[in-house]
This record gives sequence, C-alpha cells and structure tokens, in this order.
Amino acid sequence: MEVTTAQAALPRSVEEIRADFPILEREFGGKRVVYLDNAATAQKPASVIEAIDSYYRRSNANVHRSMHELAAEAEHLYEGGRAKVAGLVGAPAREVVFVRNATEAINLVRYTWAREHVGAGDVVLISEMEHHSNIVPWQLLCEEKGARLEYLRVDGQGRLDLAELDERLAAGRVRLVAVTHVSNVLGTINPVAEISERAHAAGALVLLDGAQAVPQMPVDVNETGADFYAFTGHKMLGPTGIGVLWGRRELLEEMPPFLGGGSMIKAVEDQHSTWATVPAKFEAGTPAIAEGVGVGAAADYLQALGMDAVREHEREVTAYALERIAALDGVTVHGPGDAAERGSLVSFSVEGIHPHDLAELCNREAVAIRAGHHCAQPLMRRLGVPATARASFAVYNTTEEVDRLVFALESAKRVFGA
Amino acid sequence: MDQLYREFILDHYKNPRNFGDLEQRDAEFADTNPLCGDEMGVHIKLEGDRIADLRFHGQGCAISQATASIISDELKGKTVSEVAQLDRRFVAEEIGIELSPTRLKCGLLSLKVVQGALLGTDEWPSGTPDEDPDAADVARLRNEI
Repeated sequence: MEVTTAQAALPRSVEEIRADFPILEREFGGKRVVYLDNAATAQKPASVIEAIDSYYRRSNANVHRSMHELAAEAEHLYEGGRAKVAGLVGAPAREVVFVRNATEAINLVRYTWAREHVGAGDVVLISEMEHHSNIVPWQLLCEEKGARLEYLRVDGQGRLDLAELDERLAAGRVRLVAVTHVSNVLGTINPVAEISERAHAAGALVLLDGAQAVPQMPVDVNETGADFYAFTGHKMLGPTGIGVLWGRRELLEEMPPFLGGGSMIKAVEDQHSTWATVPAKFEAGTPAIAEGVGVGAAADYLQALGMDAVREHEREVTAYALERIAALDGVTVHGPGDAAERGSLVSFSVEGIHPHDLAELCNREAVAIRAGHHCAQPLMRRLGVPATARASFAVYNTTEEVDRLVFALESAKRVFGA
Repeated sequence: MDQLYREFILDHYKNPRNFGDLEQRDAEFADTNPLCGDEMGVHIKLEGDRIADLRFHGQGCAISQATASIISDELKGKTVSEVAQLDRRFVAEEIGIELSPTRLKCGLLSLKVVQGALLGTDEWPSGTPDEDPDAADVARLRNEI
C-alpha cells in the first residue's frame, strides 16, 4: 500500500501549518511544548475547533427527525461530515458507519457479523502486533462461541510473515483475519492487500484496524481489499467521541443491527421491528453530531494538505528520528529499520532506564512522549520488554523537534549515568 | 539537581537492598502497576507477628524499584498491625519527596505487596488517588493507561 510519490510536497510551509494548531503555542517551564504523542491522539487545527464551535453557536439541532431550518442545517453539516470522511478513504458515504471510536467499530463487527459467522472450532486470526482493541473483542467472541484465537507471529524486524499466514489459512478453519494496517508500537506498515487476497482465497473475511494508518498516509479502503475497516477521528486531527466503521455494503446490509433504539428502525411493531437502511441501521440514538461535523473538518484539512504530502513529510521526520535515536549509546529501536517500511513513529528502549522514567525526564524538557505497553501487552511479551518509549509524529512536527527529543534523551542518560 | 532522580534514589535503583528470594518464608504476594507495567513481589519471614526479614523482587521504573529498596530496612521489625497503618505519608517520608499523581502508584507498589502478603488485601495503600480521587488526578491517571 506504499503509494508515496517522491515529489509530494506540502502546499504550505510547516511553520504555516504549525500556526493552525493553537496548542503548539503552549510552554512548560518556559519551553515550547514538543508534542510527540500523536499515535495516542493528535492535536486539532483551528478549523476543526471552529467547526465544532460554529455548529453549537449557529446550527445546533437534532438530526434525522425535525422539519425546522436548524434541523435541516444540522443534518446537512453532520451528513456532510460523513461524506468528507468517506471521501478521505475512497468509500461511498452510505458505507461509512459513525461509531464512538475504532474500538467500538471493531466491537460492532464482533457483535453482528462475527456472532453469526464464527462458530465452535472456527478460528479468528489476528497478529502479535495488535492493539488491545483488536484482541479483546475477539477473545470475548471466541469464549462465547467456543472458537479459537490464533496469532500471526512478528519477526525480529517487526514484520508479519505471509508464508505463516498461508499455513494458518490452509488449515481451513479461519473465518476472519483481523490485523492492524499500521502498528501503533512497531510502526510496521503491513501488506494489507496481500493479506486480504490470501484470506479471501481461503474463504475468510478481513477486518483492518486503520486507527494509525488513516491519519498519516493515503488509504483507499477498496485498494486494501478489506471487508471491514475501522478508524477513529481523534487521531486524524478530529475530535474524540467519533470513529468510523467502513464495511462492504452487501455485508452491512446482511448484518443484524448492533444497538437497538431510535433512528435505526424503519417501523416498530409491538413485538418486533424492522431496520432502517445502512448506515442508519447501526446508529441507534442521537449521534455525536458536533463530532461528526468536526471530523469532517479534519478530513477537509488533511485533503487540502494532500495525504501523499503528509506521508512524505512524516516519513522524512521519522527517518531523521530513526537515525538520531539509533545513534545514541545503549538504545534499541523496535520495528523496521527503514522509514519507508514504517509509519511515523519510533519505539525504543534505553538500557538502564525504564521507559516511564525516560518519559518523565523528557517531560522536564517539555517533550511529550509516551511510555508504557501501548495497549499491546502480547507484543511487549514478544519483544521481551515490560514497556517501551515511543515518539510519534504528525504533519506539524519538525526535525528541530526531534533534536529537542534527542537532547532530552541525552539529559536522561546523564541523570541515570546510562 | 533533580528532586526526583537524585543520587539517593538512583543508588537504590541501581543497587537495591533486600532484593532476591527467601527460601523460608511465611507470606508472599506479587502485583503489577498497570500504568507502566512495574512488577513487584515480596517474600516475608515472620517472628510472631513481627517482620523478621523480607526480600523484594521485580522489575520496573526507578521509582518503584528504589522505593522498595528504601523502605525494606524500615519494614523489618514492624508488626502486622503497624504495617496495616502505613500509607502514602510513610512512603513520602522514607523517599523524601511527595510523588506526583502519575508516579504515586510506582512509589506505593512495594508497600501494597507487603500489605497484600500480611493482610490479604488487594487494595492500594490509603492515600492513593483511587480512594478519594481528585478529578485532575483521575484525568491524569486515565491518560496514562
């Protein structure tokens, strides 16, 4: 899925882009914040904040049910948000289901499609590099159904092995392959089109966790070959509280509803109901309207920059960070060594310094990194570490900020004599 | 001079006292700190209701490991009911600094496992944000997970 072109350049300077993000002005202890925790959540441009503010100030009403002008405006803005997000990932708007986050998107599939199609003795195949959001729902399903959860191994370079995938599929019981598009710990960009092709040939469906991929690279859900694609608004410069499940339309139409309630019905009889069309069938209750508007503004913002250019900029910053961090004594970088094969993050361990101490000492320099298991405990066990430190980049990060990180890491090493 | 990572703490982190196993023990307990994955276990030998000897074992951040080392000698000789009274103030006095909400569980994990071994409790020592949470503490702690 690597579609970066060498020429892709941002239409504006990074300095101008940074000026769109008010929070980047924050200082701690007289030092400008260096925000390198984008894989956890990204900062929001003023256009997103203003879209939400304007929605509440000018257009607030409930959607899908009233005849008045404000309701029409709210509906127009909310459905416009859906269309913009759909456009960002090459999907028709009616295949885009709004949920709370990527976790809920995956759980939706677990409670609907998977409950009907995964039975006793069947296999759900995931990988060792999954986020807990793509592990725990399948553990629960397998417990309920008497199915088996199997893990594709991660090799020493942080990659999945397609030959192992073929072996597992050949055993004949795999009903679903659920893997991440881009790893939130290793940064690995998985060969999702190849995975989909092989899974489909073996009669299995494919769910991709795109929470990390959508914010940082061009994604076309059709090119991934997946049947379901889950992602979230807040990592793609949008608000929290809104996520997306994309699904192939014929699958969404066949699936039973998820939550029952208002908005998801066609007609309610005393003893049973019929369902609204997709995607409304999966969206019970008043939705996160302002968040839908906000995530649409985020999609607009990314489209205006161009996802090829976003990817290229982040690849450059990541390559620089890989080079500088790997050059430090006693540092182990996890995941692929080549920035072309990885997303915009670097996870690492420093000998003699626990990642939590490292993050605290970076914080003294106003450098925000993540330390912990990154909601990927099986992967931590596979890597043989209790936790890692992680610096993750967005379109507004610069190589100068990487220098600030390296300075902070060197200070931490001095404190610990490491 | 860094208040948290001063030589006293770093020395206990790098050269922990009373770490290892006790072949003959009357009580033991182990737990983890879900925030950063610190692991800590303890073996305790009693004489009557007094701690005669103890050994910690585990891995994790400097604060969790150093605190175990620092409090280990102080715990020897204490009775079970004395241990039951210990809370975050004891830890703060021993390590000489009040821990921030994000590091409090790192510092309290060793006391938690000792209380777990002797009292059979799985609760965090009193004074942790879990018990009487300040909204800001909860927000910060949740953010860490």
